[in-house]
Amino acid sequence: MSGWTDKRPMSPHFQVWKWHVTMLGSIVHRATGMALYGGAAIAVAWLFAITLGEDSYNQFAAFAGSIPGQVILFGLLWSAVYHALNGVRHLVWDAGHGFQLATANFTGWLVLLLSIVGAAGIWVIAGLVPGIDPLGVWGAPQ
Amino acid sequence: MKESIRTPLGKVRGLGAAKEGAHHFIVQRVSAIALLFLLPWFLISALFAARGGYQGAVDFVASPLNAVLALMTVGASLYHMQIGMQVVIEDYIAKTGTRIFLLILNIFFAVVLFAAAAFSILEIAT
Repeated sequence: MSGWTDKRPMSPHFQVWKWHVTMLGSIVHRATGMALYGGAAIAVAWLFAITLGEDSYNQFAAFAGSIPGQVILFGLLWSAVYHALNGVRHLVWDAGHGFQLATANFTGWLVLLLSIVGAAGIWVIAGLVPGIDPLGVWGAPQ
Repeated sequence: MKESIRTPLGKVRGLGAAKEGAHHFIVQRVSAIALLFLLPWFLISALFAARGGYQGAVDFVASPLNAVLALMTVGASLYHMQIGMQVVIEDYIAKTGTRIFLLILNIFFAVVLFAAAAFSILEIAT
């Protein structure tokens, strides 16, 4: 950086950090939060489409049911599950617990794993995988 | 420079801690706790309701209990995300003008979404 005159040591840029799971979790928490910012707009668009009427709603539903729509929706569902689980991790930290390196690493991996399992589980149970209807209540989507 | 006639007390008054530094920290967490209950309900209910097509979605929002819970979910979500994005903007945008512009835009975005959502829910439910 030109004009940088501060001689004190600087924190290394994140490109030269060795990746570890607590760092990954911190970055993913912020990234999923930002994704959910867009997700909130999509959820409000869904509510607004109901008000606008059946034609608008069906246009929204057609996009949501398309492959790009399903990819976006699954990404947002996973983001919500991850952000919520890691948010609980943050609340536990706020209470002063779970800072031991081994514990922080373990819970970091745990929320990553649980978020993937949880999001996939909700997706399957909600009958969003074609041909799989675990509750036997969905039938053909309308 | 001309000598100031202000007293030392007058110069420092108002520069100290405003005793409000923890406000964002606290409301970020209070809204998070509310969302731990509201968001799972909303996501699962909306996924189920959407399976019923347009009429399923209308029936879901039209129920008074669902309408109230949906309003609370939208309110807590938009509040939480607005505070969260404010922290991101403050962290990454060093240029003052751009930062202030984005901070204002962030508030407007959340308010516009809340107005649209509140109108939709109330309109469907009544």
